[in-house]
Amino acid sequence: MADRTAGKTGEERGAKGRHYREVPFRGGGFAPRHIPYVGVAVFVVLIALLEAGARSGVISNLTMPPPSAVFVALVELAQSGLLWKHLQVSLTRLAVGAAMGAGAGIAIGILIGLFSYIRAGLLPLVAALFPIPKIALLPLFVIWFGIHEWSKFALIAFGTFTPTVVATFGAVDNVDRSLIRMGQSFGLPWLSIVRKIVLPGALPGILSGLRVSLAIAIILLVAAEMLGAEYGIGAYILEAGSLYDLERLFAGVTILSLMGLGVSWLIGRIEAMLLKWR
Amino acid sequence: MDLRLEGISHRYDGNAVLEDISLDIPEGQIVSIIGPSGCGKSTLLRIAGGLERPTTGRVSMLGDPPPGCLNPLTYIFQHFALLPWRSVAGNISLVLEDHALGTAERREIIADVLARTRLADFADALPRQLSGGMKQRVAIARALAVSPAVMLMDEPLSALDSQTRELLMDDLIALWLRAPFTGIYVTHNLAEAVRLGHRIVVLSRRPGRIREIVEIDRPLHERGIADADLEEKQRHLWTLMRDEARAADMELQDG
Repeated sequence: MADRTAGKTGEERGAKGRHYREVPFRGGGFAPRHIPYVGVAVFVVLIALLEAGARSGVISNLTMPPPSAVFVALVELAQSGLLWKHLQVSLTRLAVGAAMGAGAGIAIGILIGLFSYIRAGLLPLVAALFPIPKIALLPLFVIWFGIHEWSKFALIAFGTFTPTVVATFGAVDNVDRSLIRMGQSFGLPWLSIVRKIVLPGALPGILSGLRVSLAIAIILLVAAEMLGAEYGIGAYILEAGSLYDLERLFAGVTILSLMGLGVSWLIGRIEAMLLKWR
Repeated sequence: MDLRLEGISHRYDGNAVLEDISLDIPEGQIVSIIGPSGCGKSTLLRIAGGLERPTTGRVSMLGDPPPGCLNPLTYIFQHFALLPWRSVAGNISLVLEDHALGTAERREIIADVLARTRLADFADALPRQLSGGMKQRVAIARALAVSPAVMLMDEPLSALDSQTRELLMDDLIALWLRAPFTGIYVTHNLAEAVRLGHRIVVLSRRPGRIREIVEIDRPLHERGIADADLEEKQRHLWTLMRDEARAADMELQDG
């Protein structure tokens, strides 16, 4: 009896003596979340800061035009009708050049992915071509293809070709081999395995490669238009730059950024359409 | 159609994986192959279906496959091997599209195998929407669609949780009872081997040799979950395997 009471009181004392702490949360994070409007807010804040800086005189008009003046330049460009002319010429060059480069790149990339002999033969060549700054080749392309459109197509095509090849054969290499074994085990013909297993399996990798390739295509578009072009966003920027017309120069740069956003959005749409299964 | 393995030996880069395996798989029987990890049982299954070439020995088919058979030796893989971009019906259609079948006939086969695996309501679902057990049932439906002569099952239940495993085991037994198929069932799970196998082949650790073949006479439909006889067999198999498994566990993986 005495023992039990002693034990009881000891327990109570123990319960009182212990102090309780909640287990602190230490998980979470390291998982990208979708947060809307923050991206837009960053743009708005930056533009507002530039505008305030320019108006208050902190930023000299000689170094950075106020965003409102850039906007006015853009509106003037649109009203004169020249915006559409420049855009149409540039977008045509981009579309033709990128389609040739990316098309050939995907085709060669798939061949490298599928055939060991082609891989052995072409991989060193691609590795040798990849690091060449394609802009350096523009004078050469002018000699080969003439000063007009074809040299521009060639530059953009060549510039998109190499990154597309690398992304495509990487994507083909990464197709789940167990799916290919499955196809073989059911006696699927080679062409069916390529068409129904390898190509759809490589598509996500090819599309994410295209994001990079098309951004490079826009960079090369501007470079190409700085030599022997009357119209085009690049020619517009070059002209504005040589006249030290910063408003128009920034207007041109804004158009390029928007083109980049447009291309990225377009690929996003294509991914959403073709990769619904993910 | 029977399947016969004769003197199969296999080496990877000079390392012996399988040594002199000879085995007959008679029509209508399921042969379970068990062995410690790394004993080459999956390699043996790939060799049996022609996905890998043995260093020596040969595999032959005796007799004709059943009428309407589109792919005599058909696998069920551990990780299902479903195309994630195709629906359930599309995954089954994949293995039929290269055969001379009319659209109506193809649709009929798909509907039939989906009904047999109780997947009829999920024909349009994508693999990512399915649980592991459902995915494996799709893979089983796909295998049934080509009316195989021999089913080559490579640890088909190993990627599933234990309840799902029980359910799928019941499904496999029900399918076999309805239409007895010939099969090789590779597993490291003794209970599964004993539930489904007419004969159980015990392989030694690497290089895999046949240590013993245990016959189980009790018909499949009479084998319950808690069956003293089967448990006795299982215990016997475990004593056979225990030392091998322990030794295999201590081996360094080379290569």
